[in-house]
Amino acid sequence: MLKKELGLLILILVIGALTAAINPQFVSQVNLMNLANQIGLFGLISIGVGLVIITGGIELSVGSMFALLGIFFLDMLVNHEIVWPLALVVAILGGVALGGIHGLLVTRLKMQPFVVTLCGLLLYRGIARWYTADSTQGFGYGDSYETLEWLMSGRTYNIPHTFIFLLIVATIMGVVLHRSVYGRYLFAVGKNEEAARFSGIPTKAVITGAYVIAGTLAGLSSVFFVFYTQSVSPSAHGNFYELYAIAAAVLGGCSLRGGEGSIIGIVLGTVLLQVLQNLVNMLGIPSSLNFAVMGAVILLGVLADQQLQRRRQRQLAMASAEARNLAKEGAAGAAV
Amino acid sequence: MSDTLLELRSITKTYPGVKALRGVNLSVKKGEVVGLIGENGAGKSTLMKILGGVVSPSSGSIVIDGVSRLELTVKDAAHAGIAFVHQELNLFENLDVASNIYIGREPRKGGFLNLIDNAALHERVKPILMQLGVDFTPEDSVEELSIAQRQMVEIAKALSMESRIIIMDEPTSSLTLTETENLLRVIADLKAAGVSIIYISHRLSEVQQCADRVVVLRDGRQVGELAKDEITHGAMVRLMIGRDLKSIYVPPNVGVRPGGLELHDLVTTAFPERKVSLHVRRGEILGLAGLVGAGRTSLAQTIFGVEPAPSGRILLDGERLTIGSPRDAIAHGIYLAPEDRKKSGLLLDMSIAENITLPDLKRFSTAMLIDVSREEGVAKEQLRALAIKAPSIATEAVTLSGGNQQKVVLAKWLSMRPKLIILDEPTRGIDVGAKSEIYALMRDLADAGVAILMISSDMEEVIGVSDRIAVMHEGDISGQLERPQFSEHNILTLAVGNPSKEELVAYA
Repeated sequence: MLKKELGLLILILVIGALTAAINPQFVSQVNLMNLANQIGLFGLISIGVGLVIITGGIELSVGSMFALLGIFFLDMLVNHEIVWPLALVVAILGGVALGGIHGLLVTRLKMQPFVVTLCGLLLYRGIARWYTADSTQGFGYGDSYETLEWLMSGRTYNIPHTFIFLLIVATIMGVVLHRSVYGRYLFAVGKNEEAARFSGIPTKAVITGAYVIAGTLAGLSSVFFVFYTQSVSPSAHGNFYELYAIAAAVLGGCSLRGGEGSIIGIVLGTVLLQVLQNLVNMLGIPSSLNFAVMGAVILLGVLADQQLQRRRQRQLAMASAEARNLAKEGAAGAAV
Repeated sequence: MSDTLLELRSITKTYPGVKALRGVNLSVKKGEVVGLIGENGAGKSTLMKILGGVVSPSSGSIVIDGVSRLELTVKDAAHAGIAFVHQELNLFENLDVASNIYIGREPRKGGFLNLIDNAALHERVKPILMQLGVDFTPEDSVEELSIAQRQMVEIAKALSMESRIIIMDEPTSSLTLTETENLLRVIADLKAAGVSIIYISHRLSEVQQCADRVVVLRDGRQVGELAKDEITHGAMVRLMIGRDLKSIYVPPNVGVRPGGLELHDLVTTAFPERKVSLHVRRGEILGLAGLVGAGRTSLAQTIFGVEPAPSGRILLDGERLTIGSPRDAIAHGIYLAPEDRKKSGLLLDMSIAENITLPDLKRFSTAMLIDVSREEGVAKEQLRALAIKAPSIATEAVTLSGGNQQKVVLAKWLSMRPKLIILDEPTRGIDVGAKSEIYALMRDLADAGVAILMISSDMEEVIGVSDRIAVMHEGDISGQLERPQFSEHNILTLAVGNPSKEELVAYA
């Protein structure tokens, strides 16, 4: 099952090597650390969205959540001078609440995930713009949160904290998804909700849980992004970021039909996306082509993966026929 | 005879390992209503599929208007004027009545624009609806119609194609009494207009009412034909049964024990007006017989919490249970091996081990992390105990044969502590060898004190495996039989809902 991830890793290394050959600046420490920072920022939310995709759902509202939660976070910190640990916790809890609402709307009121989160995308962005009267919010001159700033955007041994956070979260979520009871339930629900329910799995709670995790990570990320951009302009902050997350998850092997994906895959998908963005700069490709490059690579990547899948299915069908023959022979043997 | 529209001559259909039809003859005359009856699996649907051109016969010939051919295509069948009114209706709910009737054959206008000529469409549909005397218009949306009205739309569709033979497969299975009478009236009208009808139904009284002739199938053979004046309830039941069943019964080694499952006035969502009371004792296998659609699966799913009961009581070992979901049922030791194992019994893309441990995963985990070695240990144990034929426990369930898939479903429950196991069609699509292994398993479980409720449409299985049989008819338990009373005749009499119980014969 790790073949897919290995393929992705090789692709990243090949692209990286080619870029480095053309422009050695690519592997300079400054560039690599900058890249690591970007990967850390986008990787967190891709993991959350990836989990929702594994349930067979989708989460479109994370970009707007960044704007809304970012605005509220700055407002608490700058205008209301709330101590930073409390502001941080409130921002994360805000994400938990929004994720929880999405989950309940999807499971209890049986709404389609696309619709629920699309409305979230519009709603949260709209509220953020209205609350600030569309004006950009910044930090001002307060310095009571230096610790938080260091935590969120600082470096240790020159490694960006965002990247370190991603490694920690990815490790935890990797264990949750691939080793825990919850992770097994998540895959089961994503593959066949009915069979999962017939096996006594609390399917609604499992699905809601995925949205809550995505919301939690969105809440945490919104604070990271505030410190990354240093200010929040509510109409532009986080625009399209939900699509980066979905793209990373899909590149990393999550099927939009649900039931498939891995944390390593999602992280590698994020890495590939960020490398591509970086490569556009490094190779002097006009930055307006940025999206086009990404779109082309995702399209080709998913196409290649599908061809491989089809080959695997053919092999499976053959194995299945063999197994049946085996069973028949076994039955015949028993009869004799 | 010159007015014979259609004739099937010694039709045989062989599927790998199964003879679905063996030399069946069937003829239909103009303006005749032919009743086609037989038990579940007697070959009725295969015969109809051949008439519809969906399936080709292995041998025999089909004569239409004096022209003999070896097989029909779907196009041939439509061209010959054969139309179907299916058990599950094939209508587009999002379209109106007229569009449904002429779907794919819409009158056009506007040249290359290829627009639908709605005026002409409605003009064509109106007289057909008038002929049928229905209470809806061509403009009504199908979404808003009742099942009976939808059936009329199907019939109108058949008439619009100028069909000469309309095949109705269980047309009344979801109709009320008045709606049924209305349908029978329409059938009489159609007959008077010269349309022939093949009427397939389990409801013998309807067949008796409308058929001019009855053809009876059993095990793929045509076992009899009744002329108009010979059609009686008793005569039909006699012809439908009558094969010698091999005795496969293994009596319990340990007797019936107290406790088990008790249902008191349980109501299911499928038949909200019926109340079911039933007792499945620990240590016995209770067979639940009945015709397709009698409400057996609904009952099983209600007990298992898939569709919680609107009212009534479920007791297990004398203790009243509240079951709102399968999760609750499983927590009480009530397990279900569902009818559709691929859809709801198994996670096909997951390994055997993952399937087996899924409902009880917490037992194999410490601090919510799965202990893979313990999980694999139990899976291997079950693989051996149930003799599941697979390369390893990592094999994906999708690659297994039907029998082995069913064993994985059972292994899942057996690794826990069952009190009641409900098996819905446990051996459907499973080869003979695996069948007897599954029966042996069921007996072992019963002997170990588990109460077993087995739903089956296979007579041989119901009679051969059960210690006691309950029969369902239209959502009701129409009767219960002890072993000395076991016979196909008695089961079928109860299954078709014959009110007079005197017909039950004891074979002591």
